[in-house]
Amino acid sequence: MALTVLDPTAERDPAGRPLAPRDHAPKTVALLDIRKPRGDVFLDELETLLRERGIEVLRETKPTFTKPAPADLRREIADRCDAVIEALAD
Amino acid sequence: MSPVELELLAIVKHDCPVCDQVLPALDSAGARLVSQSTAEQTAEQVARLSLTHTPELDPELALSARLDPDAVPALFLLQDGDERERVIGLDRERMVELAAAAGKSLVLDGLPALRPGCASRTRDPEVAAWLAARRARSEGRIRARELALGDLEDPIEALHDRGVTDGLPVVPPTPERVVAMLQHSSRHPQEVVAEVPPYGGVATVEKVAINAVMAGCAGPELPLVLAALQAACAEPFALHGLIATTAPAGPVVIVSGPYAERAQMNAHGNALGQGNRANATVGRALQLTIRNLGGGLPRREDRAAHGSPAKVGFAFPERLDETAPWAGLAHSRIGLGSEETGVTVFAGESPRLVVDQLAREPEALAASLAAGLESVASTRVRLAWDAMLVVGPEHGRVFRQAGWSRERLQDELFERTQSPAGSLVRGAGGIAEGLAPEWASDPEALVPKFPAADRILIAYTGGDAGLFSMVIGGWVSGTLGSDPQTVSVEPWR
Repeated sequence: MALTVLDPTAERDPAGRPLAPRDHAPKTVALLDIRKPRGDVFLDELETLLRERGIEVLRETKPTFTKPAPADLRREIADRCDAVIEALAD
Repeated sequence: MSPVELELLAIVKHDCPVCDQVLPALDSAGARLVSQSTAEQTAEQVARLSLTHTPELDPELALSARLDPDAVPALFLLQDGDERERVIGLDRERMVELAAAAGKSLVLDGLPALRPGCASRTRDPEVAAWLAARRARSEGRIRARELALGDLEDPIEALHDRGVTDGLPVVPPTPERVVAMLQHSSRHPQEVVAEVPPYGGVATVEKVAINAVMAGCAGPELPLVLAALQAACAEPFALHGLIATTAPAGPVVIVSGPYAERAQMNAHGNALGQGNRANATVGRALQLTIRNLGGGLPRREDRAAHGSPAKVGFAFPERLDETAPWAGLAHSRIGLGSEETGVTVFAGESPRLVVDQLAREPEALAASLAAGLESVASTRVRLAWDAMLVVGPEHGRVFRQAGWSRERLQDELFERTQSPAGSLVRGAGGIAEGLAPEWASDPEALVPKFPAADRILIAYTGGDAGLFSMVIGGWVSGTLGSDPQTVSVEPWR
């Protein structure tokens, strides 16, 4: 006999997360250090490469890698930058 | 006003000898007959008893469920559809009176004066569970989407295929099982327990009960799972990060207080192992709830490099009998009374043994246990990670007899988990990992392993024999990571 069971999930349709429109090359890029060891080494290299291409770089840091970035930090990056590179390292 | 309408209604079933005895008379009297049996069974009964009227059927037992007799035959006097009086079983005198009140002449001569009936079909355990589920749905107590599994599907395989398991088979969460599970909490099934990271899925009591059924909980574990979820989703526990971390930690649930025994948890031999249903399912139910409601899945949002067996589910109760050296962990953390029960969630990995079979003095034993704590994550990881020490009864006896409080032991362990900076600096002993040189300007300065004495959590459980304790390595602690959370179970019972 067919069995009926109850849905154990949150029954949500996940909202789509399309990429932001990119109609020009970014002028300002945020480099977000999530505070893992040696993340700064990687980001320093990226910063050099970006500046060689004439791109402004904004260095930002999460308070701790264990938690999502605070809303204010995300807002600041969104307001001031055209793109963000979030860097993991270990 | 329309005249009052009185109706004589009899509910019967085909396999009840007492129904057989009274049906011919009820048929002759012109009572409205309703059978709980199938059309085929009812036709057979009509033929067998040579009735002139065929009883109506009671589709899905709707009428039986509404009037809810515990046995049949059940004779009702209805006034405008509402019950005025009932007779359950054969009661010759009262049945005749009831029929007369409805203007019917019922002749029961020759029948016994009294004879109990047979259980109403609504009282069959399976039918009762199905009716309870239907009632819960109609009253809005259960609202989860129903998933119909196909005739040809194996429910165990079908649930795996739908991606809602942890890799082990789950108990199919039928409405009947979920409604039975919900009996174990006084909370309304639609109450929100928490929003579960990473995607903020809303965990109602009902949704937690569904996952508790799937995990294999018997029922009394439900309040423990609800409390554990509340604690795990509190902001300072940093569940989002704990799900996403590359480290192997997950939420470990420690139950302290008398409700652990009511839920039949095992705080004696093998308390951290297999074989006890409640121990095995409380942690699993929490993890399934987090997975299914929060949406964090292994190798997707869950970035653990290795994970650990504890992430299937890890819960154990404290042994708070006369051997306990201290009050329960939850009691000491949030000041519960001894008759109350609390759960603590701790971001931890799988437990590991610390042996000391020789120490009979608390100082020597503390030194030994401290050595076991030093290697959590790495001896070079300092001031950042928590640990839990699960003291076994034979070790606990040493501290109890010496009169050491939990705080005393924490302080002694903190003192004994300090090492000279020079031995911890990067490169010392040929090990690259270590303190940055600027932290080791004085090589003799002692660097603690833990940020504070109370970051060494101490629980007590286990079997009588074995001079052992267990270390559960933690994760990044405190405001930088996960702060252990303790809540009372009482509001969830």
